[in-house]
Amino acid sequence: MASPLCIRGGRVLDPSRGIDRVQDLWIANGLIAGLGEDAPQDVRSHPKAEVVPVQGAVICPGLVDIHVHLREPGQEEKETIETGTRAAARGGFTAIACMPNTTPPLDDRPRIEYVIRRAREAALAKVYPIAAVTRGQMGETLTEIEDLIEAGAVAVSDDGKPVRNAEIMRRALELTRPLGVPVIQHAEDPDLKGDGVMHEGWTSTRLGMKGIPDAAESVMVARDALLAELTGGHVHVAHVSAGRSVEIIRRAKARGIRMTAETAPHYLLLTDEAVEGYDPRTKMNPPLRGARDRDALIEAVVDGTIDCLATDHAPHTEIEKDSDFDSAPFGIVGLETALGIYLKALVEPKHLSLPELILRLTVNPLRVLGLPGGTLEAGAPADLAVFDPARRWTVRAAEFKSMGRNMPFEGWELPGQVLLTMLGGRVTHRAEGTLASAR
Amino acid sequence: MPTEKPVERVREKAEIVDGEGLRRAITRIAHEIIERNDGAKDLVLVGIRTRGVPLAERLARKIREFEGVEPPVGALDITLYRDDLQMIAHQPVVSGTDVPTGINDKIVVLVDDVLYTGRTVRAALDELIDLGRPKAIQLAVIVDRGHREIPIRADFVGKNVPTSRREVIMVHVNEVDDMDGVSIGEILG
Amino acid sequence: MIGTRKDLLGIEDLSSEEIVSILDTARTFREVLDRPIPKVPSLRGLTAANLFFESSTRTRLSFELAEKRLSADTVNFQTSGSSVSKGESLKDTARNIEAMGIHLVVIRHSASGAPHYLARNLDAGVINAGDGTHEHPTQGLLDLFTIRERRGKIAGLRVAIIGDVTHSRVARSNIWGLTKLGASVTIAGPATMMPMEVERFGVRVARSVEEAIEGADVVNILRIQLERQRGTLYSSLREYARVYGVTSKRLERAKPDVMVMHPGPMNRGIEIAQDVADGKHSVILEQVTNGVAVRMAVLYLLAGHKAAGESAPEPSTTETKKAHGEPSLHPRR
Repeated sequence: MASPLCIRGGRVLDPSRGIDRVQDLWIANGLIAGLGEDAPQDVRSHPKAEVVPVQGAVICPGLVDIHVHLREPGQEEKETIETGTRAAARGGFTAIACMPNTTPPLDDRPRIEYVIRRAREAALAKVYPIAAVTRGQMGETLTEIEDLIEAGAVAVSDDGKPVRNAEIMRRALELTRPLGVPVIQHAEDPDLKGDGVMHEGWTSTRLGMKGIPDAAESVMVARDALLAELTGGHVHVAHVSAGRSVEIIRRAKARGIRMTAETAPHYLLLTDEAVEGYDPRTKMNPPLRGARDRDALIEAVVDGTIDCLATDHAPHTEIEKDSDFDSAPFGIVGLETALGIYLKALVEPKHLSLPELILRLTVNPLRVLGLPGGTLEAGAPADLAVFDPARRWTVRAAEFKSMGRNMPFEGWELPGQVLLTMLGGRVTHRAEGTLASAR
Repeated sequence: MPTEKPVERVREKAEIVDGEGLRRAITRIAHEIIERNDGAKDLVLVGIRTRGVPLAERLARKIREFEGVEPPVGALDITLYRDDLQMIAHQPVVSGTDVPTGINDKIVVLVDDVLYTGRTVRAALDELIDLGRPKAIQLAVIVDRGHREIPIRADFVGKNVPTSRREVIMVHVNEVDDMDGVSIGEILG
Repeated sequence: MIGTRKDLLGIEDLSSEEIVSILDTARTFREVLDRPIPKVPSLRGLTAANLFFESSTRTRLSFELAEKRLSADTVNFQTSGSSVSKGESLKDTARNIEAMGIHLVVIRHSASGAPHYLARNLDAGVINAGDGTHEHPTQGLLDLFTIRERRGKIAGLRVAIIGDVTHSRVARSNIWGLTKLGASVTIAGPATMMPMEVERFGVRVARSVEEAIEGADVVNILRIQLERQRGTLYSSLREYARVYGVTSKRLERAKPDVMVMHPGPMNRGIEIAQDVADGKHSVILEQVTNGVAVRMAVLYLLAGHKAAGESAPEPSTTETKKAHGEPSLHPRR
């Protein structure tokens, strides 16, 4: 066998099995060999075994982000599959699901296969493509959903846009049900959203900006809950931003409706007041909402109404974001800051414990998509992340591996610097000047 | 006079003219104005803000004492005519120019407390010319301290006081400073 | 302090002292405008650029006149706006301005926050001549000036603002200025045109235009801009005129010496009745004249910023107030 690796002295956090203890973690042949003495003897006593000491750091399964915009094919000036997965690795992610709103959109088999192949070539993270619900994402005719799932897509979505037509949504839910995949909905009523650019409230009134009422999101969530009930299908609500949406999801779940949900880091930390000063780096869709929404979302993450945490990583070129607020495109990047922001918003104020957070970033997102992984059990691929919750670092967009620099956290100090990321036992990210291996 | 260069801190050194002396100088200047212009006809006294204004008013009253007619008094604010904008930050509010009777075909006697480089008077001349077409412009000052930088001279002077550039002349008038007199000070720092 | 600011982006940012300072300065310039030579050399050598991304004859002319009366040089950028995307033209224009060494930029743009963008990216002073639906500070200031010149004060006056408040930058600027100076403001208009949480401005929302006008000292009428909406906010101009138009009859409820104001251009017969527009209560033309004086004041006060920053003198102590100096020998900038 090739030299096995031992990550020594770290706190092994494997929420899939309820494990939380300091222990050696052994890796051999790209797989987890075991923890401590559970690892096979011939691995542990291998003469060429490498040891990486990580005193004080946490080792967890590689993080999973099921909402990423990779921009390739067609918008490689904003991000490529390679730069996007490199950014993911830097953030501690070993698997991401990418949205189909590329140019052209991922609405046929060859394009799904293209993404899978490019991701494999870059070999920096697992990429699960999400296919479009409708052709061209135009909202009129369904794509060949079965064919796309067979080609490797793990879900369908028209994200960027909502599936506006209720009949189409109904049929999509009916078709995906036997395939065991969700329809991921960008919940938004386009007429209520109109030309809005930020949350409709006191801040938008003061700043003189067209607002997007929270009802634009929650009317769609309500509609889709009822359609999921009608069809027995599974709808997953992307990037939940509003407290009222949370109420509807909670009631839907209580009724046994198969509705899952995710949110993104910025909704748990910032409110619409961050738009003060008209910085387009605070512009995204759905927008940052009020303090009550933020608090309702945190509560929903804690009680499981929101099943998992994602990023909605949406890179744009600097030129596009360097303009007045109205003209700038919606979206911020998030892969490289997600862990830090989630730690700051959820763990530091003691809403969640660290294992509870990691669960929502590993097991839960995979479960939404019905995918395996998110575990450090012996025999699983050695997809893991090592981070130090106590180690603070400063966010500098210039250091990002992503081509996108557009986010409002420049200069922020965040906890939980990612020290090492491994995919299949191979290092995909190593923070400079932090870890050294010893023979 | 509004502070034009509010930078220096000043230490008062000595009083060079007391209250009586100032009032006598004003009386003498009033006589000179009357003599030079053969009376008070067509006179308008225009004080340069701030202290030039009460001085102009006192001169006007003196002229009435001697001639029986009081020439009209106006106030000139030269803030808008200065050549340095950096002062705006420290004195943004402009107090205003007010010459109610107009100056066309009149003999304007500009009144100021101190004549130094001459730039203030130059700005005042620019402004006067924008306000109308006087027959003549004359200049009355309480103190001429020398160091002219442009060819300006006063027609009526209360007192000539040679000074160095490190010194400052301060004319105090009751209406503004609660006392009358002239003192000399030194710029610190 | 207003004299140390680089930009004027909105009345929201100003303290009441700063507003009063601008109004006092405007009074001086009002006097200058009555002179035979209505011009002062204060801004000689400075260049002002008028960037009007939204067409507006009257505001642009007003600024241009103000700049010329201060002896500044003016340049006008006009953009057609159709072929070039808004973001691109703003950024490129900003670069051009920097390259040409322009000192003061007056900008009107359809995007709220566009002046803030320029102010962040330019050393030049930026004056907001109207951004989207955010603010139109010089209009707010000239409205305050007009009221103060007539009434001697703002505090305690009852002001009614009638119309499409949601889309009105003039309304916002007026509300900020009036409330900061202690007036009591009541607004009225269709519910579809009232922004969310508008009471947080410190205004009262009346249930009808009659209720708003009741006992008012000032009635400020906003222009209804049906072309801005997609037709969902109000059904027709006729309906609007019937329910919200300020007619002589409705005006009778106000105080006998009420002032009627309008930022212009007026839709006669719609938001304002013909006889009200031309009637004895109307001060609309005074607003226009005052506009030049107020804009002169703003340009003048902001022009000092760069020069002040360079030499940064200390504020005067009580002794130095008695000291005399002469205007500086330094050439401008």
